[in-house]
Amino acid sequence: MTADVAVLGAGMHPWGKWGRGFVEYGTAAARAALADAGLDWRDIGSVVGADTVRGGYPGYVAGATFAKALGWQGARVASVYAACASGAQAIATARAQILAGLADAVLVVGADAAPKGFFRPAGGDRPDDPDWLRFRLLGATNPAYFGLYARRRMALHGDTPEDFALVKVKNAALGALNPYARYRKRVTAEEVAASAVVADPLRLLDICATSDGGAALVLTSLDFARRHGAARPVRIRAVSTVTPRFPNTVLDLPDIATDSAVSVAPPAETFRASIARSAYEEAGIGPGDLSLAEVYDLSTALELQWYEDLGLCAEGEGARLLREGATAPGGRTPVNTSGGLASFGEAVPAQAIAQVCELTWQLRGTAGGRQVAGARVGVTANQGLFGHGSSVIAVR
Amino acid sequence: MSHTRTPAVAGWFTGEGDGFRLLGTRCSACASVFFPREDVHCRNPHCAGGSLEEIPLSRKGRIWSYTDSRYRPPSPYVSNPELPWEPYALIAAELAAERIVVLGQAAPGVTVAGLTVGMEVEAVPGVLYEDAETAWTVWRWRPTGVTE
Ligand SMILES: [Zn+2]
Repeated sequence: MTADVAVLGAGMHPWGKWGRGFVEYGTAAARAALADAGLDWRDIGSVVGADTVRGGYPGYVAGATFAKALGWQGARVASVYAACASGAQAIATARAQILAGLADAVLVVGADAAPKGFFRPAGGDRPDDPDWLRFRLLGATNPAYFGLYARRRMALHGDTPEDFALVKVKNAALGALNPYARYRKRVTAEEVAASAVVADPLRLLDICATSDGGAALVLTSLDFARRHGAARPVRIRAVSTVTPRFPNTVLDLPDIATDSAVSVAPPAETFRASIARSAYEEAGIGPGDLSLAEVYDLSTALELQWYEDLGLCAEGEGARLLREGATAPGGRTPVNTSGGLASFGEAVPAQAIAQVCELTWQLRGTAGGRQVAGARVGVTANQGLFGHGSSVIAVR
Repeated sequence: MSHTRTPAVAGWFTGEGDGFRLLGTRCSACASVFFPREDVHCRNPHCAGGSLEEIPLSRKGRIWSYTDSRYRPPSPYVSNPELPWEPYALIAAELAAERIVVLGQAAPGVTVAGLTVGMEVEAVPGVLYEDAETAWTVWRWRPTGVTE
């Protein structure tokens, strides 16, 4: 008895600013994933979409939109919204359907056409929405939160802006090798230091951009994969979608304040650390088993935080791990071999799916110049606005 | 021209000058404190739920972290696009008695160059923006000059 599902196909639309609609990106990614799986769209029993916003009713759309674009064929459908964790929740939904025997082959799709500049809340006066309130009352953009985390690391752990820049240098070098990345140019530490400050201490090149893009996976039961000629497919072994535990004492997007710890002691681990631990427990593996990790580097400093939250090193040791080269190609646990958000930018509903595409190619040994030699186990980590955890473990 | 001073958000703070206080709520059953105020249910999962009573928060705290905003934030932040953008600092302050971290803009004139993590700050009233009739007020964090 196994709880694994197979990744039979993976596909992407290149990230960039293409000026087209999200349906086009998602459909292209879906067709690529189907071709990769060797399946016809009509073989798919269920489609799960990671939601994006489209003007007008019903606003948040995905699954059925892609199903219509590919041609109505009667498949089961679901759509999920969990901000940056939407893709992981779409994967979790597909996996649950397969393990429950509701579908043998599920298409998971996420795509977006992102706005220019800062993300902002949906329109209208909505004073009961924490996302609206933080903009209205404080002008606190997403980079402002990234700046708070970065400054806190500098004060607590002695990280420096030079450490942060090295994350960008590493990820840009990897993104240069990835045909799906938006930015395919190496970057130097000097170029990071010369870029404009956005939210002290972070500069433009420390912070990920917004992008258009799409990513898709074909997930199947192991029996289905075997019947379709994949005897040893990449397998998804765990999907973590946990929420925080009260009191959440790290100030987090989009909140204006933390929970108070006056009556209940804070949990032993932070929310981000609990996301990874839950995935490790479900998969029965630990950080020492990892061949690679794809983490949400919304900012360079945040990538260092993830090293600690994933258990790649002790708290406060992230910058040292980076400087040792442990997270670079050839190191013990290469991180963001895809180039990360630093190279892709954010196409929110697609990114958690794109992370699993990268794991799939790495575990198959088909990642070209980015290939991690002998990759066997990979993890993704990400966090969605409003308390959505997201981590996927894939094995070969 | 005299402007009416009106809170940009109702029920989150009160008073002027030294009497200025952020307002939260406290659960009568478990003593958990909430800011922004929680008026419906206690959010402590270990608590059966009590009545939520308004309380003033500590006036002083220490800087948990800080940053600034070098680019104009998008709406619904209100700023005059005709005027050049003036960056402001943001301070996340930890209140010891409530064991809570509250984010706020720094008082005018405070820049990140003058801040350190652990520095003492106090809550003071400020004006977020003004329109024809109204000065919309908000809380600000201002360093007291005391360093930990
Ligand atoms: Zn309570």
